[in-house]
Amino acid sequence: MTETRIERHHYDVVVIGAGGAGLRAAIEARLAGKKTAIISKSLFGKAHTVMAEGGAAAAMGNVNSRDNWQVHFRDTMRGGKFLNNFRMAELHAKEAPQRIWELETYGALFDRTKDGKISQRNFGGHEYPRLAHVGDRTGLELIRTLQQKIVSLQQEDKQEFGSYDARIRVFSETTITELLLDGDRVAGAFGYYRESGEFVLFEAPAVVLATGGVGRSYKVTSNSWEYTGDGHALALRAGATLINMEFLQFHPTGMVWPPSVKGILVTESVRGDGGVLKNSEGKRFMFDYVPDVFRKQYAETEEEADRWYTDPDNNRRPPELLPRDEVARAINSEVKEGRGTPAGGVYLDIASRKSAEEIRRRLPSMYHQFKELADVDITKEPMEVGPTCHYVMGGVEVDPDSGAAFGTVRGLYAAGEVSGGMHGSNRLGGNSLSDLLVFGKRAGGHAATYTDQLTTRPAVSVAAVEAAVETALAPLQRDTGESPYQLQQDLQVVMGDLVGIIRREGELADAMRRLAELRERVAKVSAAGGRRYNPGWHLALDLRNMLVVSECTAKAALERQESRGGHTREDYPAMDPKWRSVNLVCSLDGDAVRLTHKPLPKMRPELIGLFDRAELAKYLTDEELAEFDALTEEANN
Amino acid sequence: MGSKRQFRIWRGDETGGDLKDYTVEVNEGEVVLDVIHRLQATEAPDLACRWNCKAGKCGSCSMEINGKPRLGCMTRMSTFEESETVTVTPLRTFPVIRDLVTDVSFNYEKARETPAFAPPADVAPGDYRMQQVDVERSQEFRKCIECFLCQNVCHVIRDHDENKPAFSGPRYFIRAAELDMHPLDARTDRREYAQSDMGLGFCNITKCCTEVCPEHIKITDNGIIPMKERVVDRRYDPLVWLGNKIFRRGQVPQTSATSGHSSGAVTSGGAHGGAHAHGGGSHAGGVHSHAGGSHDSAAERQAQQGVNWHREVPHPTAPAVDANGKLPLTELTFNKAAAPSPFGDDVTFPLPPEHLNFAHPQQDEPKH
Repeated sequence: MTETRIERHHYDVVVIGAGGAGLRAAIEARLAGKKTAIISKSLFGKAHTVMAEGGAAAAMGNVNSRDNWQVHFRDTMRGGKFLNNFRMAELHAKEAPQRIWELETYGALFDRTKDGKISQRNFGGHEYPRLAHVGDRTGLELIRTLQQKIVSLQQEDKQEFGSYDARIRVFSETTITELLLDGDRVAGAFGYYRESGEFVLFEAPAVVLATGGVGRSYKVTSNSWEYTGDGHALALRAGATLINMEFLQFHPTGMVWPPSVKGILVTESVRGDGGVLKNSEGKRFMFDYVPDVFRKQYAETEEEADRWYTDPDNNRRPPELLPRDEVARAINSEVKEGRGTPAGGVYLDIASRKSAEEIRRRLPSMYHQFKELADVDITKEPMEVGPTCHYVMGGVEVDPDSGAAFGTVRGLYAAGEVSGGMHGSNRLGGNSLSDLLVFGKRAGGHAATYTDQLTTRPAVSVAAVEAAVETALAPLQRDTGESPYQLQQDLQVVMGDLVGIIRREGELADAMRRLAELRERVAKVSAAGGRRYNPGWHLALDLRNMLVVSECTAKAALERQESRGGHTREDYPAMDPKWRSVNLVCSLDGDAVRLTHKPLPKMRPELIGLFDRAELAKYLTDEELAEFDALTEEANN
Repeated sequence: MGSKRQFRIWRGDETGGDLKDYTVEVNEGEVVLDVIHRLQATEAPDLACRWNCKAGKCGSCSMEINGKPRLGCMTRMSTFEESETVTVTPLRTFPVIRDLVTDVSFNYEKARETPAFAPPADVAPGDYRMQQVDVERSQEFRKCIECFLCQNVCHVIRDHDENKPAFSGPRYFIRAAELDMHPLDARTDRREYAQSDMGLGFCNITKCCTEVCPEHIKITDNGIIPMKERVVDRRYDPLVWLGNKIFRRGQVPQTSATSGHSSGAVTSGGAHGGAHAHGGGSHAGGVHSHAGGSHDSAAERQAQQGVNWHREVPHPTAPAVDANGKLPLTELTFNKAAAPSPFGDDVTFPLPPEHLNFAHPQQDEPKH
């Protein structure tokens, strides 16, 4: 292998992923004075964050002054069905406003209120208007702002050191295939340039994973090709652990027609701005699907729901704005019972509720998306929508304050979608953009601090690099295996059909068997062509990651015998308080996925005291409730 | 209900390549990118093509479809005739890496050269106050998804690599305009900078960039023209000019674009920008040329390969000038937003290559 050319770089902090979390982490590491590399799987500024439409949730109280971090914390815990890591939810609610305001100093231009502050909009699961937004392209604004902040830091470095790349450099179209360790410490990352196929080795004592999610393992997904669970798999192989992998969010409203755009997102703001869901009989069906735990907060009649848009203080919210998992399940069962549209979705109607001009102004990119992709004018006719795989709540188990990965590895950090715990069993819309900023900053900062504490720099072993080269080249050298495209399709069928929205024990067990077969086939995959910008080869290398992450999801879904948030078991349709206190933790044992139970950290008294006893009673076990009662009694005495 | 359609896709790398024919199944509602994905999954697994969101939001899948720069994900197959052969080629302005993938690093270099947002010194985070009407002007430009189709279609650099060093392109003109219109940006020299360092003067407002923008940003009308007009305002206001002279007020480095050259015509910024590459050659006739007068005949010849230059080409005419050797009009008084197009005002862009009829007047003259 000595003849293989490998480009070498030395950095203090390597950030894998150039979406919101990665860029925010890199900014922080660079501000801490560290030499920082950003690895981007596609071009700089194209990351999946651009797809986020609705906004970034932060309790700034600009629109309704009653909003504050406690209310946001409560909404987040409620949305996640109390499975969230409470400390992450707390930090997130407290720090989100500062992270949003900070973006304005980087040049972001959010929509404004009348008094010139950042405007905030309503969104599913949020008690008050809370989402800072820019029309329906908030994610684009966020990524562009961070991208331009990095450019501005590079311009400072250019002045000081004469080179833009002196302290922060973006490696675009570069994929990392392995993390390299020195004992239990991160020593570097190995990968290839997509453009040339040449290998590249980053020697760095700290790595921040910010690789996003896993949606490409599903047939109907809003995620781009990049979402192959790279960070999840890299963490596992480096000795870190994953939690909550059974929880996947299916966004209730993806486009279902035409087939080529199946899965592409229709923002929740359509519903926040007055859009309603109707079945083929024209019935506004969401009123039939308000679960008991939410009964108090949601309107019971169409009249009350409609009044809410103009008078939210004296009316309850329309049920279209229930958390995403509830809406997705409702649509799923309407379609199943034969009340769906011809293309297998339901109607999302805003045309009959708002003027054409207002729709175009409030939802410009939705208007264009439907006009240009589907030839549908949403100011005239309803959209056809259905659930689409959107977000994975599960991810790398991290220390809530620092983002450091648990497990046996040191020097590994994770932020954003690739990390787990923050969103519990279900993420609220708008919480991911603020999650990226809050925990991106934390992970970047703590990674920088970690490198300061090291006395010796971990060293990359030659053998590990040679092994990585061999693994990467293997698909090109085989010509007997199957096409990576075929394997991906088969994987998507298994995950979509057997580990989808509604899950059953028998199907999950079947999925495990099929994934085991796929594992053998993936090990023998071959890619035609050379190393230069060869998408077939790239996919062949990604498959390995998609597979191990899918195994984690299937295994955890089989284990968790209840329905909660993004995990619905037909054979265990109810939430079970006993399962609320358990996280399922995945790790690697050799090649195989090992699953263990781990108790959730206990919420601090002042935080649990923010909730009504009546509400807690729906989630907690009797013992936990007794403990809560003892606490309140103590406080009253 | 799929039907078979004919495709021609450019395959190759920087050493060369050619159009390959494919017959592919196309189903109802599909876009060009779907067809490329089907080809990858079937007969051309290593066909290189960038894409990400597949919803017109990320600007990755830029390509030229039947000669027109477009996003593959936003070009519905139903816009073509059943019998029509669809030709897909890589962006022409940037060097090919492989197949439909080009090296767009030019744009990222220009992005790095464009001065970043300068936060107001005395406003704390959280205290920013702006009115919706005031942010909306900049927000239009922040819709940009950086697909670089405007950069690709811009004839200042399309087939003119030699202009690239001095010219940032429409994408970065609207970046400058966005910051210029930002209610709280602390820098005041965005327009002058665009003129003196970004090559704004090269642009002769043919609006090709606006035409191809998938986000429908009015690049020329709302971005470039206001920038040009404001530069003119400042330079022609004698009081401002005098004030600057006396009090040395302009924060801008004193360049020919801002120091009030009495001879500076409206579009002289073009010649000025070109001067970097050209040793300050004076180009009275080149002022209105589409490339600002920085032609390199070797590069020109190279660009001409593939075009039939032996057919009859109308001789370029010099603009009519008045007694002082100046054009009798400025952008302010002209009935159009810019000088007449050297291609003729009735020509729409992009031109099919075989119809190209423009050659620089001095292309064959010896260099000086």
